[in-house]
Amino acid sequence: MVVLALLGGGCGRRKAEAGPAAAPATFGLGRPATADEIKAWDIDVMPDGTGLPPGSGSPAQGAVLYERKCAACHGKTGTEGPADRLVAREPRQGFPFGRDPTLVKTIGNYWPYATTLYDYINRAMPLNAPGSLAPDEVYSLVAFLLWRNEIIASTAVMNAQTLPRVLMPAHDRFVLDNRRGGPEIR
Amino acid sequence: MTDAPISRRALLAGAAGALGAHALRQAGLAQAPAPAAPPDPTKVPGQPTSALGQRSTFERPRRIPSGSGQGVSLSPLQDFCGIVTPADLHFERHHAGVPTIDPHRYKLLVHGMVERPVVFDLEALKRFPAVSRLHFIECSGNGSAGYRETRPDLSPQLVDGLTSTSEWTGVPLATLFREAGVKPGAKWFLAEGEDAAVMTRSIPIEKAWDDALIAYGQNGEALRPEQGYPARLLLPGWEGNANVKWLRRIEVADRPFMTREETSKYTDPLAHCTARMFSFVMDAKSIITFPAYPVTLPEKGWWEITGIAWSGRGRITRVDVSTDGGRRWAPAELQQPVFAKCHTRFRHLWNWDGTEATLSSRAVDETGYVQPTLEQLRKARGLGTHYHFNHIRAWRVRRDGVVSFEPEG
Repeated sequence: MVVLALLGGGCGRRKAEAGPAAAPATFGLGRPATADEIKAWDIDVMPDGTGLPPGSGSPAQGAVLYERKCAACHGKTGTEGPADRLVAREPRQGFPFGRDPTLVKTIGNYWPYATTLYDYINRAMPLNAPGSLAPDEVYSLVAFLLWRNEIIASTAVMNAQTLPRVLMPAHDRFVLDNRRGGPEIR
Repeated sequence: MTDAPISRRALLAGAAGALGAHALRQAGLAQAPAPAAPPDPTKVPGQPTSALGQRSTFERPRRIPSGSGQGVSLSPLQDFCGIVTPADLHFERHHAGVPTIDPHRYKLLVHGMVERPVVFDLEALKRFPAVSRLHFIECSGNGSAGYRETRPDLSPQLVDGLTSTSEWTGVPLATLFREAGVKPGAKWFLAEGEDAAVMTRSIPIEKAWDDALIAYGQNGEALRPEQGYPARLLLPGWEGNANVKWLRRIEVADRPFMTREETSKYTDPLAHCTARMFSFVMDAKSIITFPAYPVTLPEKGWWEITGIAWSGRGRITRVDVSTDGGRRWAPAELQQPVFAKCHTRFRHLWNWDGTEATLSSRAVDETGYVQPTLEQLRKARGLGTHYHFNHIRAWRVRRDGVVSFEPEG
């Protein structure tokens, strides 16, 4: 009965009981982010070097750190594992990973950007103490791994200016996804 | 492929072998502990109500976990009916373990190329108009067990257990982007997790305007910790890794960030000396989940072949089933309603005459894409490719009813 009365009233007065409100352009929810909290979390590093902090490191400095913090998982020379193999330039020609399932992907033969090394080591390594390395330590480890992969000289120093200029062997090997659905198998 | 009995040595050889042995132990009801059931349940009062329900003690579905913090756990596809995956059996893939996040301290930061850098706590996320949608999530490495080397003693769980479907509830990312005011020229955004890997992926911004969600609900309750509690990115139809869990930060930009997970991992080497990157969409795929290893059919006669099909590009429009190794195909019945980018249950009635049979399924999606054969996929991608293994799977049924996995559909 109540329902009928409401319906009748609604019909009589036209739109007295409105439907759901139209959604606004914005709801005004959330709060402005402070500069400090953005700075605390904004740790990503891009291929052009955006996001790289001040600091520097050399292969020699990195070798000491690698022995202490990385070798237990990645092996004495970066080739032994058991975690991801980090060092290898072979195969030097042709990038035949799609044809040969036995090939192991490493920094030297597969990673397209040197800056990714800084970004990843800084955020996620070492596995038992992620995010614990200072910028100089990260630069040093990046320098050591690039040197071990025969990409930079043993005397090269990595910093916010030099690292983005390192050209990785696999840099030109990556293509965008060309699958589009439809009948073609790609 | 051989009919020879599988030796214990073969089963235990390597990690995959250990998984096979584990699956055997889990399979079937014979190994389940005997529950206390009265001879006649109508003659004794039953159990009282309870604050939290439990599965029947006769049912013991289990994931198969492997690895440690960087491991996976495979979902028991052969134990499911319908299309929804129970949340406690949803597959797992973590890069540095499952973090414990206090929902009262949780915040999501949206910054970068936006007019108003903004922080949302969980209450704010839940105040926005919500949507609930059924979608699958599939790890892009799912199905690798059948691509290069394979064995007959693989169950649906071991072949394709890295896919699951849930009803996800959350706020469209587009709503949050309108709230923050995305600037002209923005083309990508970085999604970052609050796990110990602080895992990141770059996502084309079109996906945010299309159907991306910030999900906080899974099958009617809060997300499970393994699925990203308290909130995750959900990119319907896109490879699992890009659906960043425990989401804490989104940075809008005009270019991709080239993170480790989109360069050294989750890229697909191709036959012609290149590697495909940002290969987000999961192409159409299907697998028969019954009959399948380790089932033995006890007798000939009527059996219902059933399984799941899914496509990251939209709806499944047809699933064909073959019982003769792909020579003849017949359309299976699709459970209605069929949702886009969601597991679709198919069923096909089969009168087994007791002769040897090879059962396979072939999914077709609304773009006209037809699930490829193993040969087609190898030709297009190369034997050494990685990720996106969506070729046709098959099961061989012997005269004695023993069923084994067969990679060649």
